[in-house]
Amino acid sequence: MSATGLATAHSVVAPSSRSRKIAATLVILYAVISMVPLAWIFMTSFKTPPDSISYPPKIVFQPSLEGYCNLFTTRSRQTPEYIASLPPPAGVCDEVVRQRNMVIAGPSNYVPRFLNSLIIAFGSTFCAVALGTLAAYAFSRFKVPLADDLMFFILSTRFMPPIAVAIPIYLMYRELGLSDTKLGMIVLYTAVNVSLAVWLLKGFIDEIPREYEEAAMIDGYTRLQAFWKVVLPQATTGIAATAIFCLIFAWNEYAFALMLTSDTARTAPPSIATMLGRGGIEWSAIAAGSLGFLIPVVIVAFALRNYLLRGVTFGAIRQ
Amino acid sequence: MSSVELQHISKRFPTVAALSDVSFTVRDHEFFVLLGPTGAGKTTTLRIIAALLKQDEGSVLFDGEAVDGLTPADRDVAFVFQQYSLYPTMTVYDNLAFPLRSPMRKTPEPEIKERVQHAAEILRITHLLDRKTARLSGGEMQRVSIGRAIVRQPRIFLMDEPLSNLDAKLRESLRVELQHMQKTQGNTTLFVTHDQIEALTMADRIAVLDHGRIIQIGAPADIYDRPATTFVATLVGTPRINLFTAARENGTYFVANSDLHLPMPGDRAMPQQVQVGLRPEDVKITPGGRFTGVVALTEPLGVETILHIRSGQQTLLSILPGITPLRRDDPVRFDILHERLHFFDVDGKRV
Repeated sequence: MSATGLATAHSVVAPSSRSRKIAATLVILYAVISMVPLAWIFMTSFKTPPDSISYPPKIVFQPSLEGYCNLFTTRSRQTPEYIASLPPPAGVCDEVVRQRNMVIAGPSNYVPRFLNSLIIAFGSTFCAVALGTLAAYAFSRFKVPLADDLMFFILSTRFMPPIAVAIPIYLMYRELGLSDTKLGMIVLYTAVNVSLAVWLLKGFIDEIPREYEEAAMIDGYTRLQAFWKVVLPQATTGIAATAIFCLIFAWNEYAFALMLTSDTARTAPPSIATMLGRGGIEWSAIAAGSLGFLIPVVIVAFALRNYLLRGVTFGAIRQ
Repeated sequence: MSSVELQHISKRFPTVAALSDVSFTVRDHEFFVLLGPTGAGKTTTLRIIAALLKQDEGSVLFDGEAVDGLTPADRDVAFVFQQYSLYPTMTVYDNLAFPLRSPMRKTPEPEIKERVQHAAEILRITHLLDRKTARLSGGEMQRVSIGRAIVRQPRIFLMDEPLSNLDAKLRESLRVELQHMQKTQGNTTLFVTHDQIEALTMADRIAVLDHGRIIQIGAPADIYDRPATTFVATLVGTPRINLFTAARENGTYFVANSDLHLPMPGDRAMPQQVQVGLRPEDVKITPGGRFTGVVALTEPLGVETILHIRSGQQTLLSILPGITPLRRDDPVRFDILHERLHFFDVDGKRV
């Protein structure tokens, strides 16, 4: 009797060890389930093309670098006699490719397109967050005429799927000479992301009490200096969270990139998806490309993980 | 240090008039307290002086010169906020150094160090200098806040209820410290509070503010002994003043529904209806007292006991030193100090 009473009283203060175990099990289970596709991609990237399309799928297989070789190179088919006449293979890929009666013709466009993705995604994220922070600060602190209507207008740009305006944008970009340019893609992604950035950041900046800036202004600083020295350091959490959302959108964006870019500014997503080999879709190369494509976002999210933990007391605020 | 004068300041917010024709002068080296309930316009007044708000009408003068066009930085005031005042991303040292490092002062680092050290010693926070402000207790935070005000020599200290978020013990000790600091350094200070004890204990002069209007300005003794209105009378003093409506009856004022007949002052014309104020300490319990009543409740506080005495259907408060043996329903006799009675007309104005 008394034992039950104690247990009940205890559970009010902190979760019991049993409920914590259940919670932990559920979280781990969810994590495992969401990791399955990743594991699948990882495995596929190390399969040979025949293994990658075999049915039932092979869980145990002979790992091969063929997917990665195919990702980074273009190849041409040759007669076995010609291949036999060549000097010994210079590297792993050379060897792997020759087994398929092919020789390496040159590098693929994966690396330049990956770089395009990096430049466009990070460039547009920087612009969206910079503009968003300034706009959010203004909306949060100043009496902007029609502020509510403007905020609604900014949000309304997200009401329809961005691709709905694809054709006007396509025509506009062609006229302006922005088609297939990195600048054009940065401007476009910034425009799409800035509404999200303004809304998210306004929430974060609203939470920073004005007293800090007022104190700084009384301490001998201008509003702009106070913004730099007092508001921005406190908004880092919000800025980091916003930056990640913007980055993920710009990094993964597919439809606009497919339509507005062809070569010089083509980003990785449409490029990976259309990676067709001579003998059909090269699943192992696509898997290898996708895996590489994940790396930057993972690195950024990992680097900013501390900022992303909201609710950590980051202020000398007593309420 | 400077004197600060407000001339006919008015400020309207969209829904209310925050300040209406407020004028007062804080003299050089004076500890001036603005006392009033929440929403009286105290903070608005401070913010106008600091240029964080712009008044609709009127003028703010520092040392006789209008400063209305100056920015907060240029007015060179120090502001201690009720809360949220320390920069959470900086250490205590950097918080204290922050005003000195501003572009308009550009103090050399050695001097900053010296002045921060000095301020920290005055406030006994030297051991906290390397700490992040998030890890301070409420009292320590408010000390650092005050420290940030005293590292430089501002023209006036503006304090917006700096003690109200602290627990009672801390509030008391910081109150004494503040007062000591102000007296030894001679800082011109405008201190805002809703706590009448803070006002009475610290102020050289008090201005009582209500609904954006100055009700009375005077030394603590004036405010306490000659309250201008019933509002002021009830605002200052604990336990609060006894206030009854009374009507003339046979040359005395008779308190309705009671056995109290109070003498009328003979030196001036008195209205038919009045409100009578009577401080609890002026109700003296004596065996031979003129009035009788019954104990309704006792509140023993140790140093004194607050006695609730019922007379007819009215209850009045009295104070007895120490702990009293009196119990509920005991009959008591008491006297009232006639010369200490306060008379107000029906609108609450002193007569």
